Amino acid sequence: MSTLDDKAEETVEQVETTKCPEKEQKNRACGIILIFFVIGLVGSLAVGWLIFPKLLYSQKKQPIDFNHVVHVAAVEDGCESCHYFREDGSFSGVPKLAQCVGCHEEAQGENPEELKFVEEHVTKGNEVPWLVYSRQPDCVFFSHASHIKMGKLDCVVCHGHIGESKHSRVYEENRLTGYSRDIWGKNLAGLKKDTWDRMKMDDCAECHAELKAKGETVTTLPWPINWMPRPYEKPASSQVRVNIQKDACFVCHK
Amino acid sequence: MKVCRRSFLSLIIGGAAGTALSPLPLKLMDDSSIWSQAWPWTPVPEDGEVSHVGSICTLCPGGCGITVRKVNDRAIKIEGMKGHPVNNGGICVLGLSGLQLLYGPTRVKTPLKRVGARGEGRWEKISWDEAIAEVVKKLGGLREKGKSHTVACISGTDRGTVAQLLGRFLTVYGSPNFIRIPSIQDSYELTMHLMQGVQASAGFDVENADFVLSFGSGLIEGWGSPVRMIKANSKWKERGKVVQIESRLSNTAAKADKWVPINPGTEAALALAIANVIIQKSLYNADFVKNYSSGFEEFKQMVLNEFSPDDVSGITGVSASTIESLAKSFAGSSKPLAVCGRGQGETPGSLNEFMAVHTLNALVGNIDKKGGVWTVPDPDYIKWPEVEMDRIAANGMSKARIDGAGSKRYPDTRYLLDRLPNAINSGKEYPVEALFVAGANPVYTIPDSKAVKEAFNKVPFVVSFSSYMDETAVNSDLILPNHVFLERYEDVPTPVGLQKPIIGLSKPVVKPLFNTKHLGDVILLMAKAFGGQIAKAFPWDSYEVCLKETLGNKWDKLINDGFWADSNFRPAVWGGAFHTPSRKFEFVNKGKAESIKIEGDEKAYPLILMPYDSMRLASGFIGDPPFVIKTVEDTVLKGKEIVVEVNPKSARGFREGDQAILSTPKGSVKVRVHHFNGIMPGLVALPRGLGHTAYDEYLADKGVNFNELIGPVEDPVSGLNAAWGIRAKLTRA
Repeated sequence: MSTLDDKAEETVEQVETTKCPEKEQKNRACGIILIFFVIGLVGSLAVGWLIFPKLLYSQKKQPIDFNHVVHVAAVEDGCESCHYFREDGSFSGVPKLAQCVGCHEEAQGENPEELKFVEEHVTKGNEVPWLVYSRQPDCVFFSHASHIKMGKLDCVVCHGHIGESKHSRVYEENRLTGYSRDIWGKNLAGLKKDTWDRMKMDDCAECHAELKAKGETVTTLPWPINWMPRPYEKPASSQVRVNIQKDACFVCHK
Repeated sequence: MKVCRRSFLSLIIGGAAGTALSPLPLKLMDDSSIWSQAWPWTPVPEDGEVSHVGSICTLCPGGCGITVRKVNDRAIKIEGMKGHPVNNGGICVLGLSGLQLLYGPTRVKTPLKRVGARGEGRWEKISWDEAIAEVVKKLGGLREKGKSHTVACISGTDRGTVAQLLGRFLTVYGSPNFIRIPSIQDSYELTMHLMQGVQASAGFDVENADFVLSFGSGLIEGWGSPVRMIKANSKWKERGKVVQIESRLSNTAAKADKWVPINPGTEAALALAIANVIIQKSLYNADFVKNYSSGFEEFKQMVLNEFSPDDVSGITGVSASTIESLAKSFAGSSKPLAVCGRGQGETPGSLNEFMAVHTLNALVGNIDKKGGVWTVPDPDYIKWPEVEMDRIAANGMSKARIDGAGSKRYPDTRYLLDRLPNAINSGKEYPVEALFVAGANPVYTIPDSKAVKEAFNKVPFVVSFSSYMDETAVNSDLILPNHVFLERYEDVPTPVGLQKPIIGLSKPVVKPLFNTKHLGDVILLMAKAFGGQIAKAFPWDSYEVCLKETLGNKWDKLINDGFWADSNFRPAVWGGAFHTPSRKFEFVNKGKAESIKIEGDEKAYPLILMPYDSMRLASGFIGDPPFVIKTVEDTVLKGKEIVVEVNPKSARGFREGDQAILSTPKGSVKVRVHHFNGIMPGLVALPRGLGHTAYDEYLADKGVNFNELIGPVEDPVSGLNAAWGIRAKLTRA
C-alpha cells in the first residue's frame, strides 16, 4: 500500500513543476474560455428572448379592421349588445354575420373597411373568419354565464379594455398550438401587471384562490398548479383539499 | 488565441445557462403539451349555437323518438326523446351511432347509373331529370306492351305515406307486386286474422305483464321495439317473471328468471302441452273460453289426445314436471303474456307455433287486457281518394302476384318475399322485368343469397332507392338515393309491438348534404312524367304537401311534440273484439302441429346450424355503423373471421379458436370455433348481421352472412319462411 502512495505523491510534484512557467498562458486560456461562456450565454439569451418569440408567433391581420369605439357608442347595452347570452344561457362570443347585417345591410359610411365588409361578406353571405384572441384550447370548458351573471365580473377583468380599441390589434398566432399569444400573455417571462394580461390556468386559479380566501363560494383550483403551496389557504383546511381532489379538474376540463 | 475543447464546452455551458434563463424551455414545454392535446387532425365540434331537433329514428321498425343535438348546422349527438311513449329518453347503440350514417363514407351522393357489369361497382353520375326519365322510359315501354304486372317493388314497410305512395303508384301503374320485407309481423298479422278475424297488428302490453313466457324471442336483443323491451325488462326485474324457452343461452335467457332449454323447432308442441295442463287442471279463464271463443271443444280434444306433457317431453326435451310447473305459473299469474318470434323477429316462422302461443294467451283470457296481447288497428289517417285505374292498369292488377301471396294455396298471406327468388329463377311464373327496392336490402337479408343474386341477375332493370351503397344498391342498374332519416320528413305509424296506435314524425334535422331526393318526391315526379290516370292519382305538388294534407290537424302536434298518440284509444272489449264468422275468438284446429322440417340430411350433416341475434349487430337493411361494429366481442368476430358457438360435447376434436369449414346444403364458409356450454349439444350457432360485402371498409368483408348458409322453408299454411335452422357439419379447414 505504502509503495503506491509514494508513487502518487511523486507524480503530483512532477506535474506542478512542469506547469509553473506557463501560468500566464493558463490565464489567457481561462479568458478565452470565459469569452466563449459569455458568447454562449448572451447568444442563447438573445435567441430565447428575441429570436424565439419571432419564430414562435406569426403575425396575422384581422380580415376586417374593427372599431369597437364606434360600435360601443352606437349600441345601448354595451358589450352585451353584440356579445350576448343566448336563451339557453350559453355565450354567443364573436357575432355572426346575421347580427351585423341588421345595421350593415348596406354600407353606412365611407370607411374602406366597412365597404370591404359589406362587399365581401354581407353581399356574398360569407361569414367573417375573425381571429379570436381569447380562444382557449378545446379541453377547456368556460362558462361566461357563471362568471358574468353569477360572479358579476366585468368583461374587462379578463378581456381588458378591448371595447376602447379603434383598430384591431395584430393577432399573433402560436405556430405550434394555433392559439393566440394573448393566452400565454405578451410577456414571455409570464409576468403580468393586470388581470387581463394572461389567460392561462394559473390566472383562473389565482382569482379563485383570492375569492376563496375572502370567503366566497367558488371552486378552488390547485394554485399555482399543485407544485407550490397556496398562499391564501391554510394547509390544514381538509375540506378544501377534498374538494380539489374530487372534482375540481372536471369543472373546467369536461 | 487557441480554441480548445474547453472553450467549446464553455460555449455549451454558457448556452445552456442562457437558455435556462430565457423563456424558451418552459414555453416550448407548455406549447408542446397543448399541441399534443389538440392534434390538428382530431375532429372537434365547432363552437356555436346549440339547438335540439326532435324526430323519429327509422333505422329499425322500433320507432323510437330521438332528440338530436346540433351546434350551428352540424348534428352532434343523437339522444333518446324524453317523454316519448316508446323509448322515453332511452336509445340503442344503433340509434346512437346514426350520425355515422349521415356523415359517414357509405352514402350515395347523387343518382348513379351502372356502366360496368352488375355488381362491378362502376357508375356514371347522372342528373335527377335523366334518372327519372330513364325509369319512366323503361316502365312506359313495359306498360305499352301490356307487361305492367312484371314490375315488382320490394319495400321495407307497407305503412306510412311513403310506402303507401309507392303501393299506390304500383296499383295505378298496373302491378299487383308490392312486396313487404318479411318478419314476425307477417305471422302475427295472420294469427290475428285467422283467430280474431281482424286485419291488425299484435301489440304487447309488456310494461304491465307480470309473467312473460317467451318462446325464443330475443326480448332484450332487438325483438319488437328494442329500447322499449329493455326498459320493460327492467320493470320485470322489480315485479314480474320472465321464462325464456330457447336452445341457446342468449342474453335474454341469461337475464331471465328461468331458462328452459328446448330441442329447437319444437316450441309449438311445448306451447300445446302447456295448454294441455291448463285445460286439464281447469286453470283457463272460463268466462273467456265459454262466452267469447269458438272451437274450444275440438281444440281441447286435440290437445288432450296428442299433447300430453309426457309425450311432449320426449319431443321437446323439457321434462313433464317443468311443463306442468310452467303451465301453473303462467295460468296462475294475474297478467301473463306469451310471446314468440325467434331472436329479433326477422324470420316469420311457423304459423302453427304462433297460433299455439297465441292460444295460451287466449286460454288465460289476456287478449285486449292489461298486460296482454292487444289488437292494434292499422292507423287510418291516410285517406286518399280511391285510384282510378285505366284499362292497362286494371289488366295488370288482375294478374296473380308473382310471390304467390293471396293465391289459392296461400289465400290469407299478404306478402311472400322469400318465395320471390325461386319464382324468378324457376321461370314458372311470368318474368320480372323491373324491380324497385326501397328501404330494404334484400340481396343481404333474404335467405339463400346465391339464389337471390341469381334472381337479381335475371331481372333486367333494378332500381334502388337506397341512401347507402348496400348490397342491393351495388347489384342494381340505377340508384336514386333517398335522403337519410335525419334529412327528411316521414310519418312513422305505430312501431312494431306497441299496444297503442301512435304516429311519429321524422323531421329533417339537417339540410340534405348531397344531391339526394326524397323518395316521396321521386314517386310524384315519376307519376307526373307518366301523365294520364297515373298523374291524376298524385295531385300533390310535393311530398311535404302530401304529408301535411294527409296528417291534417295532427300536423301541428307532430311538429311540436314529434308524436301523436290517440288519447281515446282503449283496447277492444271481448264482446266486439272478434270479427271471425262466429264473432268469437277461434281456437283454430289445424290438426297435429307438425314441427317444421329443416333442410339437409342428418347423416351427411350431423349438426344443426342456428342463427342468433345481438343488439350489437344490426341485421336488417341497415348495417352496423363503425361505432357499433367496434362493440362486437372477440367470441363473435375475431379480426375478420366469424366465430361459431358449439357445445364442447359436440365439438368433435375442434379446440377453442380452431379454424373449421362450416358446411350446409346451401354453402360452405370458413369459421373459428368457440366452445360454449350455453348451447345445446348438436347445435352450431352463428351470429347474424355480419358478412357484408358492401357498405364501407369498416363493415365489409367481416365475417359471414348467415343467409348464404340457409334457404327458406315454406310454412305449409302461410307460405312464409319458417326455417329456424339448417343441417350442418364442421370439417377441418
